[in-house]
Amino acid sequence: MQREGSALQGVGVVTLKEIADHFSSMLVVVLVVLVVGTAIAVVWGAVGELKELTAEDPFLFLRLFTRSGGLLPLAALLSFLVPLIAIGLGFDAVNGEHNRRTLSRVLSQPIYRDALLFGKFLAGLFVLAVTLLALWLMVIGLGLVSLGVPPNIEEIGRAMIVLVAAIAYAGVWLSVAMLFSIVFRSAATAALASLGLWLFMTILWPLFSSRVANAFSTANDVLGVLQTQQAFLRLSPSALFSEVMAVILDPSVRSTQQSMLAALGLVLLERGAIPNATIPLLESTLIVWPQIVGLMASTILLFVLGYVIFQRQEVRA
Amino acid sequence: MSENVLEVRGLTKRYNGTAVVKGISFSITKGEIFGLLGPNGAGKTTTILMLLGLGEITDGQARVLGHDPAREPLQVKRRVGYLPDQVGFYDNLSAFENLRFTARLIGIDRRERDDRIMSSLTHVGLKDVAYRPVGTFSRGMRQRLGLAEILMKNAEIAILDEPTSGLDPQGTLELLDMIRDLKRHSVTVLLSSHLLDRVQSICDRVALFNNGSIALIGTVDELRRQVFGGGFRVEVEAEGQGLAERLKTVPGVSKVDPSGPRSWTLGADRDVRPEAAAAVVAGGGRLLRLSVEEPTLEAIYTGYFRTQGGEAHAA
Repeated sequence: MQREGSALQGVGVVTLKEIADHFSSMLVVVLVVLVVGTAIAVVWGAVGELKELTAEDPFLFLRLFTRSGGLLPLAALLSFLVPLIAIGLGFDAVNGEHNRRTLSRVLSQPIYRDALLFGKFLAGLFVLAVTLLALWLMVIGLGLVSLGVPPNIEEIGRAMIVLVAAIAYAGVWLSVAMLFSIVFRSAATAALASLGLWLFMTILWPLFSSRVANAFSTANDVLGVLQTQQAFLRLSPSALFSEVMAVILDPSVRSTQQSMLAALGLVLLERGAIPNATIPLLESTLIVWPQIVGLMASTILLFVLGYVIFQRQEVRA
Repeated sequence: MSENVLEVRGLTKRYNGTAVVKGISFSITKGEIFGLLGPNGAGKTTTILMLLGLGEITDGQARVLGHDPAREPLQVKRRVGYLPDQVGFYDNLSAFENLRFTARLIGIDRRERDDRIMSSLTHVGLKDVAYRPVGTFSRGMRQRLGLAEILMKNAEIAILDEPTSGLDPQGTLELLDMIRDLKRHSVTVLLSSHLLDRVQSICDRVALFNNGSIALIGTVDELRRQVFGGGFRVEVEAEGQGLAERLKTVPGVSKVDPSGPRSWTLGADRDVRPEAAAAVVAGGGRLLRLSVEEPTLEAIYTGYFRTQGGEAHAA
């Protein structure tokens, strides 16, 4: 059946209102301050470490993301904390409207349901992007001030890919949280389900995937086992994000090979084959392109799933 | 005058094979207040959501202002205002900001937006609290804010779902007054309620719902005649000789039953108080009390289902 009018009518209005809501929401402000604060502390640690071993490292700036002076480095920290903000932004998107009994009133205005869902998603993504951009700029700024060396073009390029990947990664978790906010009528259930899935995917899945892989392949086919294992591991968005971080932030051939092989469960046997050679930015990008696209695709897939369920849902409270 | 703004024919809603609304038909003419009355769970809200294009229509047809809500929901929603059951607003925003959000969704021109919001808030008596967060509002104030939204929208049809539920008597009266006021602004009103007695006073016509079907439809007087035949019961208390016989001769009176030592209950097809008073006085009697008892909608509803042998689970 053909619908009249645009499905996007009202998206802008909803998006602006949601952005305003997010920035005045105590929960979101606390989460953002927490994450940015932690990140700054970690980068501060990295700066301390870098000051001691500064030599002729061509990618000094990127070390800000991977070193930490004993703490969890920023790249790893992001894979933990970004989902937290994303879930905080999305867990009560739709069930909150139900519970406040505003849904039927808003939907009785001349807009489609699509506009409400799109608007909420765009607003969440916007807030995430702004937060991550602010974080990114602060890291660069802190690096400039404390290291006293400007980053070169390639470093900036790599850092930008990190930013894009982080936003894509955040999008996945925003979609997850919104999906649960559509499925579960209670906001607390949706929040706990999202956090549960996040913990499972980030901490338990890597352990789990090797077991599952073993069950699927025969023991004498070592490479086959490892490939199955990697395929399973990559079902977790955190694994995809970590792969992107590892390859982009450490451009040396060895570490790139190492991280790819490590993902396969192998170690680089021939040490120092091409000791100081680096992989150009384009090549690094091509290596992680599938992972980034994978993150974006899961975001869209999860959003569409939520969209379909929402369209079929009853409006009445 | 008798232009139908809303027409429903054989409207049906089924959930997994169970019919919740069973082929109902009615039409509403411009400017009338139409009551959709019946107990909770009779299918009133389901019907309303189908009329707004917010619920899928399983079978049958609906026309709202000439548009099919299933195919052209935006056209319908642009011209129809809806006040849901226990309407909710964004508690952290003020009344003004809530309406401004709606106004933006509707697409009201920026230049006239604030004026229209303020004048509708003034109209429902919320001008002084326009900038207070809605979280501090009482139930009655929220309902009034919902009406203000409909006024701001310049809706041609206002659909109000249980507008008086949960309000105190004072709040109910105020709200009913405002609904009458909508009618004066030539807005057609469709309201649903399970409190039959409260809303019978303002409805031009009502449809009594039971279990997904419309049992009775018409004006309250029509329903009264239909169910009780006569309809009016006039209580006469008087002193005098042979008054019972005299009262029997009054035109329109079908029966006279003694209800006390010097009082009688007259069954009549209309209000016969003036004639009864004249008869008592003409017979030399002293009239002590004269009252008319009209069966309420509640009584009509219960009475109807008693005569049908069905159950009336009136709330």
